[in-house]
Amino acid sequence: MDISAFLLFWAAIFTSNILLTNFLGMCSYLSVSKEVESSLGLGIAVTFVLVFTTGLNWLVYRYLLVPLGIEYLQYIVFIIVIAAFVQLLELLIERYAPALYYTLGIFLPLITVNCAIFGVSLFMVIRDYNFVQSLAYGLGSGLGWLLAILMLAGIRSKLREKMVPAGLRGAGISLIITGIMALAFIGFSGIAPIQ
Amino acid sequence: MLLTILKDVAVLAGISGVLAILLVIAERWLNNYGDCKININGKRELTVKGGNSLLSSLGEKQVFLPSACGGRGSCGACKCQILEGGGPLLPTEKPLLSQAELADNIRLSCQVKVKSDISIQIPDSIFNIRKFSSVISEIIDFTYDIKGITFKLDEGETIDFKAGQYVQLITEPYGKVRQRVSRAYSISSKPEINTSIQLIIRLVPEGICTTWVHQNLKLGDRVNFTGPYGDFFLRDTEADILFVAGGSGKAPIKSMLEHLQVVGTQRKMTYFFGARSLKDLYLTKEMKAFEQVFPDFRYVPVLSNPDPDDNWQGETGYVMPHFKNAIRDPQNTEAYLCGSPGMINAVCKALQEQGVAADKIYYDSFG
Repeated sequence: MDISAFLLFWAAIFTSNILLTNFLGMCSYLSVSKEVESSLGLGIAVTFVLVFTTGLNWLVYRYLLVPLGIEYLQYIVFIIVIAAFVQLLELLIERYAPALYYTLGIFLPLITVNCAIFGVSLFMVIRDYNFVQSLAYGLGSGLGWLLAILMLAGIRSKLREKMVPAGLRGAGISLIITGIMALAFIGFSGIAPIQ
Repeated sequence: MLLTILKDVAVLAGISGVLAILLVIAERWLNNYGDCKININGKRELTVKGGNSLLSSLGEKQVFLPSACGGRGSCGACKCQILEGGGPLLPTEKPLLSQAELADNIRLSCQVKVKSDISIQIPDSIFNIRKFSSVISEIIDFTYDIKGITFKLDEGETIDFKAGQYVQLITEPYGKVRQRVSRAYSISSKPEINTSIQLIIRLVPEGICTTWVHQNLKLGDRVNFTGPYGDFFLRDTEADILFVAGGSGKAPIKSMLEHLQVVGTQRKMTYFFGARSLKDLYLTKEMKAFEQVFPDFRYVPVLSNPDPDDNWQGETGYVMPHFKNAIRDPQNTEAYLCGSPGMINAVCKALQEQGVAADKIYYDSFG
């Protein structure tokens, strides 16, 4: 795939936002988007983990799974790598950077099973990215996810004083808002398409 | 073909193994906070290994806070008050706590990590429900099919319950019965005795638990139970009381009366006990003795089917027709029932016909 890493990075944020075009990573997106502050923390944690796990999974895939001819096990292996990495990262941050732990570390257990993170690793394989492209795509996707959850958290904090029909309160209205945001993001799609 | 599969499995196991070892080592090195003490309600102190969430640390020690989401910080069911320790409020908790809860230092126990000594406050009803281990210290034959059994708690353990509440006895496999079952029995001893409990258990033909209790248990046997449970306990009001019991249903009412004897009461109380014949009556002397203890108490055993040999001079028939004379003011009367579901239904109906409000009639709904 000969698309420049730089372009891929921007495309991952805007034109193919992992959340707004693929609807991946919805659970934590819906549950932690009540406050801007915690959304920011979670978004940064997702970005951080995405970059590292995408890189790690790329190495595992290229130098372990492909030579051994077991690419079909990528699903299981990727999940194990992500889960182990997130655990390890949490332990490290908690021990050595308590301040960082309280702003970022506590979100890590919530994103062990975030499908956006798994999804990016799988896209990276399907689209045949090289190492640098994968990192750029991971970083872009993370920032894109951060952007999406921040927007929703902003809207939801405004919504708190508004009258929302009882049946739509909570996840219902959040999904509708997400849908409208996704429509708006389609506007970017012609600029730099990635498949 | 087989070789390929084996190789693939081996590779997968290898990757998982390496990562698992890495995590175990990291856990040992990084997540070692030594032993920490959790003080609950200032009554009980648990020593746990630091580094885990408060919710799971408590769970390990059989103190179960409710949790619907399994500790992912999304349901907010595991709230508890932290008096000391626990670290700063986390952004994962904030969305689930109200201003008032924040002011009271209520936290989500699944997010709080135990890294130092910590002091917490949880509702008594949750704190008190535990698994207890006990030894049988006394067995009394009340009648041919009813036994009173005293379970002495392990050294240092105490149980905190309200008069009328029940426990669930957990059976051990015996004879042909392989599985463990748990059955509810009301506590018959008074709450003021907190190092042991007494249960009154009637032999039910073919009953798994009652057969175990009657035919297998001996003095000194070890028995586990959980509790205390239940909303069937004495209300602290000044209303007149009607106690109605049948069979082994004397247990919770005995506990209530003994408790009232300790705290003292001026309430008008009448106690109807329904049985078939004289050989089904027990603790009669003890119950009659309460008539001297309380200013206004009457114990009325009623036999439905007395033997001619019994020479029974007391009341006969069912208990229901006797209520009329015992109820002074139906608006100001509470009824506490314990017995078979059939008896409870009939008594409930009769009481309501006499004008006693349905929400003033208390009973357990386990048969």
